[in-house]
Amino acid sequence: MVKTLEGSHAIADMIVNCEADVLACYPITPSTHIAEKLQKYYADGKIPEYITVEQEFSAISALAGASATGARTFTTTSSQGVALMHEVLYAVAGMRLPIVMCVANRSLNSPLGIWCDHQDIIPERDSGWIILMCESNQEAVDTLPQAYKLAESLLLPVMVCIDGFYLTHAVEQIDVPSKEIVQKFLPKFKPEFKLDTNNPITLGIYSTPQYLQDFREDLANDVDNAREPIKKTEEEFSKIINRNYGNGLIENYKCDDAERIIIAMSSFCGNVKEAIDELRDKGEKVGLLRIKSYRPFPYKDVQEILKNKKHVGVFDRATTLGGHPPLYTDVLAAIYDSDQKVPISSFIGGLGGKDVTVETAKNIFEDLKENKIKRKFV
Amino acid sequence: MAQKKDKTKEIKVPKVPHSKCDTAKENKTGSWRDQRPSIDLSKCIKCAQCALHCPDGAIEVDETGAHINYDYCKGCLICERICPVKCITHKKEEK
Repeated sequence: MVKTLEGSHAIADMIVNCEADVLACYPITPSTHIAEKLQKYYADGKIPEYITVEQEFSAISALAGASATGARTFTTTSSQGVALMHEVLYAVAGMRLPIVMCVANRSLNSPLGIWCDHQDIIPERDSGWIILMCESNQEAVDTLPQAYKLAESLLLPVMVCIDGFYLTHAVEQIDVPSKEIVQKFLPKFKPEFKLDTNNPITLGIYSTPQYLQDFREDLANDVDNAREPIKKTEEEFSKIINRNYGNGLIENYKCDDAERIIIAMSSFCGNVKEAIDELRDKGEKVGLLRIKSYRPFPYKDVQEILKNKKHVGVFDRATTLGGHPPLYTDVLAAIYDSDQKVPISSFIGGLGGKDVTVETAKNIFEDLKENKIKRKFV
Repeated sequence: MAQKKDKTKEIKVPKVPHSKCDTAKENKTGSWRDQRPSIDLSKCIKCAQCALHCPDGAIEVDETGAHINYDYCKGCLICERICPVKCITHKKEEK
């Protein structure tokens, strides 16, 4: 049923519908409203357990323990909160605990800012978590049950990322699929290995050099092989709810006959689509390739779409200081692997909540008219 | 779920890194010992203070007195310090 909801509250509603067992969240702007609403639902008895923790390191650690017992878990955080979790995020992936986390993307210190950019998740891209970047609140709500399904079937943790404030605090019309719909799609979590007093095992073990690389290789293969399940899950759920967001890994918006393309992630894509519609009315052949699955990165799909394009602009909402920006690097790597040569320019913008508008997208498309490769802040 | 890229190489580790319980006993750690404590059973009053303080749980007390399990004793000599009747002494471990 479509309701007028704040993005954060819609996500909290969906967590209740996904029947999460144990939650541990420490509030941090802009993810606070999700944690706040979930606290309310815990008080109302809709969530079995909510551990009040003193900081984010504890939040994710508490969930590691809960998840190891076979519970369905959830937490939410932003910015410094993600950074404080950093160590445990790697541990959780290595322990194969299917925790789902909603990150409301926000800039990292310093200067201190509470507004949106993607810098907070960049240090976690190598952690072994699946990272799904959502463009809208509706997409985030529809992605959460998929995140649980992927996490629990692949034994990999999943981050569902939404842009702080642009989405978390936006009040709009959102359809939250009911518990019955989610139940049909999402089976109960029954792990093969879990903490059980009747059959005691140790999890989070240490490993000698003889075996450690094998564990890491196994994890690396599983994250790599998650691309197909992500596509399949998206296809399956989109049939149930009659909404779809590309193939689960990417969204192709009018790329097929386009000459110039912007590659971007999350909420800015809405503005790019608007710009594309306006420019196409004037006869310009432009398109958008939205990356939804940042990890695993859809190299093949990117290669496929960038075939025979004239100029590609990659828009990053984060920086790699002393190197090429993160999304740009991945696109370059994708193209190096293929037999085509296409100029790829880098645009960094929207840092710390700087507005990136339809006009910004149009300016990038204007820049792409020249054949010269550009790397600049917009 | 894992599809190995290199089919010739088989990964032999379990998907979820874990170990069974009670496996530490299999690693006999007595070889780390530098000092070897011994108990004079004629003086032992079976108070079990040594067993309670042993960090490795390597001392057991029965009706005949306290006995050290040299498979796990690392020779820290806490037992010697704690013994109220001074019936535990030590000498250098001969390897």
